[in-house]
Amino acid sequence: MERIPILRMGDLLLVTIQVDMHDRLAMTLQDDLTERIVRDNAKGVLIDISALDLVDSFIGRMISNTAAMARVLDAQTVVVGMQPAVAITLVELGLTLHGVKTALNVEKGMALLGKNLNR
Amino acid sequence: MSTAAELAVGFETDLLELHARKRAERTSLPLRTDEDVVHLRKHVRERAVGIGLSLVDQTKLITAASELARNTIKYGGGGAVHLDKLADGLRQGVGLVFVDTGPGIPDLELALRDGYTTGGGLGLGLGGSKRLVDEFEIDTRPGEGTAIAVVKWKR
Repeated sequence: MERIPILRMGDLLLVTIQVDMHDRLAMTLQDDLTERIVRDNAKGVLIDISALDLVDSFIGRMISNTAAMARVLDAQTVVVGMQPAVAITLVELGLTLHGVKTALNVEKGMALLGKNLNR
Repeated sequence: MSTAAELAVGFETDLLELHARKRAERTSLPLRTDEDVVHLRKHVRERAVGIGLSLVDQTKLITAASELARNTIKYGGGGAVHLDKLADGLRQGVGLVFVDTGPGIPDLELALRDGYTTGGGLGLGLGGSKRLVDEFEIDTRPGEGTAIAVVKWKR
């Protein structure tokens, strides 16, 4: 089955979404991430969406839910790299990704996670 | 790719020919599965790029298409979408007509309201999509089906 790879770096998990996700793939990623947070004892999750040219309500909800699940599992999530056109569309659609931390790029996202994890 | 006739879903609606006189080209696609939605997004992107829509307008149109296509599958039990290239004088646009033979939308005003959902979603699909396009029309009949036509014009 098609899957989006999850990389581990210390106690962080990194995901780069580089394909146009269909709904099942998005749900699989959500399941895989929560499982990996527990298995790898991860404290932070960084999701890079810089290659995504669309975030609709389904993908938006997947991102929000993943962040909420991670929080319950004692891990923080940062979403990085959103394209400006995607941000404009997302807000006009009515999605605000409430409760999801964002950063402009991977570097800033890592710094934010590092700061929040007191390192 | 299929012809419009092959994809006829038995729900007679005037929305199919809403912009018939401005239509330069029509591509018709089935909407049954997740993959069909991804496929449609690709086609809409190509057409939007083809008429020179700005990146923001491309993104808005594709996002609206994605929302409406999902509605067609989830609430309408599947159907078809007609992707039109429109030309009105010098003005160009992309039109989409989604058709299903599902149960119809009983309370349209309520369905267009943000936060209203019957399917466990966020309830942003209809109202949100409407904000993302220039024209938005719905023809829905209880027990027969729903058709939604949207247009994004090049600015």
